[in-house]
Amino acid sequence: MSDTDITTTPAGDGDHTHAPHLAHHFDTPKQQYESGKLGMWTFLATEILMFGGLFCAYSVYRANHPEIFLYAHTYLNKILGGTNTVILICSSLTMAWAVRTTQLNKPRVTALLLCLTLLGGAGFMSIKYVEYKEKWEHGLLPGKLYHHDDTGEHPGVATEAPLAQSTGVVEPAPAEAKAQPAETAAATGAQEATGVANGQAAAPQAAGSMAELSLIKPAAVGPEGVADYVLERVPPLVPVEHMEVPKNVWLFFSVYFLMTGLHGLHVLVGMGLITWILVRTLKGHFGSGYFAPVDLVGLYWHLVDLIWIFLFPLLYLIK
Amino acid sequence: MADTTLTQAESERGHHAIAHPIPLRTLLVVWMALMALTVLTVAVTYVDLGGLNLWIALAIAVLKGSLVGLFFMHLWYDRGFNGLIFVTALVFVAIFIGPTLMDTGAYQVDYQPPPGVQVK
Repeated sequence: MSDTDITTTPAGDGDHTHAPHLAHHFDTPKQQYESGKLGMWTFLATEILMFGGLFCAYSVYRANHPEIFLYAHTYLNKILGGTNTVILICSSLTMAWAVRTTQLNKPRVTALLLCLTLLGGAGFMSIKYVEYKEKWEHGLLPGKLYHHDDTGEHPGVATEAPLAQSTGVVEPAPAEAKAQPAETAAATGAQEATGVANGQAAAPQAAGSMAELSLIKPAAVGPEGVADYVLERVPPLVPVEHMEVPKNVWLFFSVYFLMTGLHGLHVLVGMGLITWILVRTLKGHFGSGYFAPVDLVGLYWHLVDLIWIFLFPLLYLIK
Repeated sequence: MADTTLTQAESERGHHAIAHPIPLRTLLVVWMALMALTVLTVAVTYVDLGGLNLWIALAIAVLKGSLVGLFFMHLWYDRGFNGLIFVTALVFVAIFIGPTLMDTGAYQVDYQPPPGVQVK
């Protein structure tokens, strides 16, 4: 905080000068510590720029296709995403606390707090696994892997036209299949919608928690309403319960998997680093005179938290 | 936790120490604020404010991010240079995204949708 401290010499430092940790090219432990921190912040800046590329892609896609984001985000579970946000914030607290206890020479408390932080990371990844698995099972995948059947899953929503690609085939559909005559597509769409109206949508909540938590109301809005809506043109920015299934929904899931995937990778790396710090803490490597590794791993962990703080509302809480 | 003894230990170390333990109370207050803001950002989505929803969500995220940066990441106590690096990275990202969106917006008028695609 105060720049005058930098002139402190090791001689005047008493018990916090741990000569073994002071590399010969630094004058004082403080200089060494602050150089390390500066390096870490520079690295974090490159991390922010890397995620910045993905945030840019997100912005462009969302600006061009708000309807895709509005529709597809209802497949994300707000409760799970929110729980993960809470978990990461709590693990950030325990991490910051662990840095404090290290500085106060309390390695056993530090070890406990680091374990709690690790637990938070594991909890986050477990929930992420549940979410990914759910999407994998429903074909809500990026790019050409997307093969979600939009007719059955999502209660109260009918397709504009059955997508040739959405029939569970991973390979790209032949061009002719895509270029269906509009009338045929519309007719089939209506047919499918009637199918939805007659039966499948009658048990709307059977699809599981994802459906239960979606903003889209069950077919209680009326089967005729669903069919009618397909036949009529629906104005833009309609209420969610009458939402049209937009084209290229896979775009959202490409962005979703890229952003949360890269973030999840960072959580895993962070957990590895915390484990390393935990082992070294148990070995008694750190104290008030030398704690830079704990502090810097903490900075990394907080950045991971910080990025999630933005990912959560941007992906899960679209309105 | 016996916070008084810790505070004493902190004062004994004096201002020459490289360690600057953040008071536990500060950490807990920041944590509580982050939790409250998380609840708020979820709650706001149940109110339809049109285009404002996105900006409220972003404002809350910026506030939460600032709390994490300033206190959990020590920037409040650090020398300003670390914060400068951080803010510079954010400015670069803003420069990256801002003009890209200007470009996207500029071509929206000329965009010719492929046949069969309805543009809203």
